[in-house]
Amino acid sequence: MPELLRVILFIIFVLSFAGLNAAYLVWCERKGAGHIQRRIGPKEVGPYGLLQPLADGAKLMTKQLFLPKGVDPVLFMVAPLMVMVPAIMSFLVIPFSETFVAREINIGLLMVFAFASVNVLGLLLGSWGSANKYAVIAGARCVSQNVAYEIPMLITTITMVMVTNTMNLNDIIRAQSGWFFHWHLFRLDISLLMPVAFLIFFVCSLAETNRAPFDMAEAESELIAGAYTEYPGMGFGVFFMGEYANIVIGCALTVILFLGGWQAPIPLDFGGFLGVLWGMFWFFLKLYALIFTVIWIRWTYPRTQFYGLLNLSWKVLIPISLFNLILTALQIKIFPWL
Amino acid sequence: MSGYFKELFDGTKSLFIGLGITAKYFFEPVVTMQYPHEHIEMTPRFRGHIELIGDEETGEPKCVVCGMCQKGCPTGCISLAGEKREGVKGKVLTEYILNFTTCSLCGQCVENCNFGALRFSRDFNLASPRKEDFIFDLIKRLKEQN
Repeated sequence: MPELLRVILFIIFVLSFAGLNAAYLVWCERKGAGHIQRRIGPKEVGPYGLLQPLADGAKLMTKQLFLPKGVDPVLFMVAPLMVMVPAIMSFLVIPFSETFVAREINIGLLMVFAFASVNVLGLLLGSWGSANKYAVIAGARCVSQNVAYEIPMLITTITMVMVTNTMNLNDIIRAQSGWFFHWHLFRLDISLLMPVAFLIFFVCSLAETNRAPFDMAEAESELIAGAYTEYPGMGFGVFFMGEYANIVIGCALTVILFLGGWQAPIPLDFGGFLGVLWGMFWFFLKLYALIFTVIWIRWTYPRTQFYGLLNLSWKVLIPISLFNLILTALQIKIFPWL
Repeated sequence: MSGYFKELFDGTKSLFIGLGITAKYFFEPVVTMQYPHEHIEMTPRFRGHIELIGDEETGEPKCVVCGMCQKGCPTGCISLAGEKREGVKGKVLTEYILNFTTCSLCGQCVENCNFGALRFSRDFNLASPRKEDFIFDLIKRLKEQN
């Protein structure tokens, strides 16, 4: 039964990919933070501190899973899973290479967004279940932030779906084949505002994954640890893994929609197994370049104030993305041969 | 309306300038010192605990056991002893113990010494869980330095 074997292998791949990413992105984050602040970062545990994530994981796992007084035990325990599981589910439709994808379904993009919207529900339930005032404030902020940023993100996504005429992630990538100027980011003939759309999508994915400078869910200097305040040991750890898995998903979507996914910048096709590796190489190169940018942004900008955050979305991102939608529609209508 | 777009452009531009600054820092060498593995030489005027100065030629302490340091010490943390020896002019130092647990590093002993036999050491890394580690035998220390 090769199909069953394929599914099992993909489940193992996706789970280990999410876990390893969470572990080693923390390491990258700390190293990146260190060098940006002209420090070294972790260096004691293993060469270049490479075993630091294992030490952190062991520390988190040995901690007691303590239920504070007054928490809602079901919501409290379910919430981290509601952040982690949807993120992992989204990996199932991400095409790492043309044929290296667990399930190529024709509504892949919709599925990713459906699961991504569960993330905020998990944070809200966790913060409500914590029976902690800081957590509740963080939960409320998180919901209004996610509602505000989902709109420009989805408008931009609709624009891209209009351009490619499909929700199949692999087909979206195939529409960008050829030289690198066929990638949607550089297709000014489709929409003059394409680089702006890319920026809007990237900023919204930062906000959706609660990353700095939009990390209102954690906001450690104002709200202790925000929604995670009451979480001990691995409860916090799972939230953290979910956050990093969401970053990977957000960056993967940006790569797929705007940067040509697994397409190499030059039209070079090896075919066969080498072709799969060639595609994966370019996909991961673009993916990790974007993830590095996410880390770089975190250690460059201070956290925005909450009204600034909402103003940016409602006054800037939504009008511009709506304008981009209309402009793209017009350009497609006027130049239908493109 | 033009203010809106100006703010937008200026804001975006300043964000990219910020990214440029951190990118520059990212590739510059680190400035932190990996303290337990390496440390800098202490500054010359650092006032650590006292130590004896040896004679340049013989290496023996320059101390003549006058006891002025002991008399001047407000906390009484210095105890020293000397003896007369055949063929040597003056007294010879046989014991110089500094009880660093009570020393306040006031420097009266160094100030009082007329023979230039005492100075501040530049040791700062003195942490220990045991009290006995802070009873310094300065003659032993001088021999180790020679």
